[in-house]
Amino acid sequence: MTGFWSRFRRRRIAMIGLIVVALVVAVAIAAPYLYPQSPWKMVQRPFLPPFANALVPLGTDTLGRNVASGLAHGAQVSLLIGIVSTLVALAVGVPIGAIAGYFGGIVDDVLMRFTEFFQTVPSFALAIVLVAIFQPSLTSVIAAIGVVGWPPVARLVRGEVLAQRRREYVEAAILAGQSNFTIITRQILPNVVSPIVVLASLMVATAILLESSLSFLGLGDPSVMSWGYMIGAARTVVRQAWWLSFFPGVAILITVLAINLVGEGLAEALDPRSSRDHH
Amino acid sequence: MKAKLLGTLATSLVLAASVAVPALAGPKEGGRANVVIQPEPPGIMTGIVQNAPAQMVGGNIFESLLRFDTELKPHPQLATSWEISPDGLTYTFKLHPGVKWHDGKPFTSADVVFSADKFLRETNPRTRASLAHVETITAPDDLTVVFKLKETFGPFIRMFEAGTLPMVPKHIYEGTDFKTNPANNTPIGTGPFKFAEWVKGSHIRLVKNPDYYEKGLPHLDEIYWHVIPDAAARSVAFETGKIDILPGGSVENFDVARLAKTKNACITDKGWEFFAPQAWLWFNHRQGVTADARFRKAVSYAIDRKFAHEALWNGMGKVSTGPFADSTAFRDESALVKYDYDPAKAKALLKEMGYKGEVIRFPYMPYGETWQRWAEAIKQNLEDVGIKVELIATDVAGWNKKMGDWDFDISTTYLYQYGDPALGVSRAYVSTNIAKGSPFNNVGGYANPEVDKLFAEGATAFPDSARQKAYSAVQKKLSEDAVYAWLIDLKFPTITHCNVKNLITTGIGVNDGFKEAWIE
Repeated sequence: MTGFWSRFRRRRIAMIGLIVVALVVAVAIAAPYLYPQSPWKMVQRPFLPPFANALVPLGTDTLGRNVASGLAHGAQVSLLIGIVSTLVALAVGVPIGAIAGYFGGIVDDVLMRFTEFFQTVPSFALAIVLVAIFQPSLTSVIAAIGVVGWPPVARLVRGEVLAQRRREYVEAAILAGQSNFTIITRQILPNVVSPIVVLASLMVATAILLESSLSFLGLGDPSVMSWGYMIGAARTVVRQAWWLSFFPGVAILITVLAINLVGEGLAEALDPRSSRDHH
Repeated sequence: MKAKLLGTLATSLVLAASVAVPALAGPKEGGRANVVIQPEPPGIMTGIVQNAPAQMVGGNIFESLLRFDTELKPHPQLATSWEISPDGLTYTFKLHPGVKWHDGKPFTSADVVFSADKFLRETNPRTRASLAHVETITAPDDLTVVFKLKETFGPFIRMFEAGTLPMVPKHIYEGTDFKTNPANNTPIGTGPFKFAEWVKGSHIRLVKNPDYYEKGLPHLDEIYWHVIPDAAARSVAFETGKIDILPGGSVENFDVARLAKTKNACITDKGWEFFAPQAWLWFNHRQGVTADARFRKAVSYAIDRKFAHEALWNGMGKVSTGPFADSTAFRDESALVKYDYDPAKAKALLKEMGYKGEVIRFPYMPYGETWQRWAEAIKQNLEDVGIKVELIATDVAGWNKKMGDWDFDISTTYLYQYGDPALGVSRAYVSTNIAKGSPFNNVGGYANPEVDKLFAEGATAFPDSARQKAYSAVQKKLSEDAVYAWLIDLKFPTITHCNVKNLITTGIGVNDGFKEAWIE
């Protein structure tokens, strides 16, 4: 583990990503203390430009709501949705991939055709349809992102498990009389966790983008302040009030970029071959 | 107040000249008006299709017997004069001689009888309801039509508006299936403009009717109604000069203030007096806290209407104080119990009734940005006094269904009042108009026999002073009960380039405005 950390730490760009992510997390946690009032509260006159008033440093929106407060509370929502929907995708994708890869044959065929069925539908279109059907809410958005997110996980896990399946330690476990469930969970999965972690970190970034796109289209939870909602609501006034779409846009850009950098850093640090490169 | 009423109408023979205010410089002949139509209507035969964009185009093709100015006073159109008997039961119209349909056939009293008695009774539910008061429609000669009523019906004269009672050609429709008649796609009217072509998804073109019976009209050669589905693209089209006229509601409210400041842009909120759209908050009277008058009053006090009026509606229209919109007849300010913005009073009322934080479901009207922002602001207003609100996002079909199924606690809406309480107000309050399946009737389920009785009295009382008495009483009762939270008497601004002249001259604005318009 210390080897992993020292390998990760050596990549400066990944460290920058990690620091930015840590900052975003800190803002999200601090949001209720920084801005105890609801981000929906109308606090000043509408369309107040940024840097004009110290209490609303990033200006106010079409209804006079504090943009800075919206960004802080939006960080909570973006991270929450990113993480929870990734967990949902993992919860669906990992078992399906593992079962398909371990048992092979007809089980593999059935599960992979099922997975491909989801992959042939454009994921964003599917997410829109799901949210529209189940009414936009935090739960339906998370579920929709999870549903479109699991197929790549399943395919990755299947490939990795397939490769491990013929290894001697698995044969040994079978001979030792361990059950299939135990072999998959105790023997194989711990050996394929690295690529899953890397994929998951990138999925968090994708999920944040997806949630922003849904909210932008007006398919977010209408009671939840998110970055995508802020940009969507600012779209029609982009020529009068640039700051309304600029700040949340930058927030999404930086956060997603930072998570991607961390993901790549993880990929390299978790890859045993890369550690040799640096010796 | 009284000036708005039609009190003097009953016995006098009216012979007004024209609705238009003549300009100092003479009008310029020729030219083309480029207008936005949003959304593209399903048809423009206004006898069949009644939605707003259909009316906007069709109002220049089809005409009724009368035309109404911004004070809702009637003026001649296809009728040159009219007489109402002293008992208020017989309406006699003299028609304009020498009027021809766009296909050259003469327009006569037989067309009027056919339109009112056959065609619109079948195709237009709103017109049908009003025509239920009519006993007989007869044509003693080619240029005279007599409507005999079963009982007096105050708003009867206001039916003769282009969108409510458009004249349709008998020789084309008689004996056919009205809804599938091929002429619906190439409408034939008597109006100042004739249908030329409709390229779906692109434009509708109307051309000047050279044989129009009002000499010297219209001035324009043609009207292009452009279909531009995206709101931002509509604004850009106006700025680049591709479009001269943005009718009310065709750009987002947030863009209105910006466009109004661009070069050569003129803006008016006139031309909605007849429709008098009023926005309010429905309460579901059937269940939960919204059935409690104290809760409804608390909500009425908690909403900051002035803020929404300024921030969302650019200060256009008026803050509502009661169930009758500002330009609706028989509005009586003195009869109203008013609910000004007063969070403290709202909190006291909630405390008194023992509100325990029940969550209020709010499936707001999904009619675009402005309405969503408004719902957010209302939710915030209510949360400021301690009411818990759950916003529910829907699309138009989903919202229609929710409202029609009464699956809500509160919701925003707006409805046209058509100038007269009997035509557009009573439908949201009388218990006989409670029926599942429509978002446009008494959706809130308010039922009060006294109110039912007063509205019925107001519709049929005669003369107007008797109507006023009933309507004043009903306004008092409705506002005392805080039946709904009335928000804003809306006006949708029309934005034009300033060289477009004389466009908005009547109470229905753009809908029949091109007759006298010209472009300099």
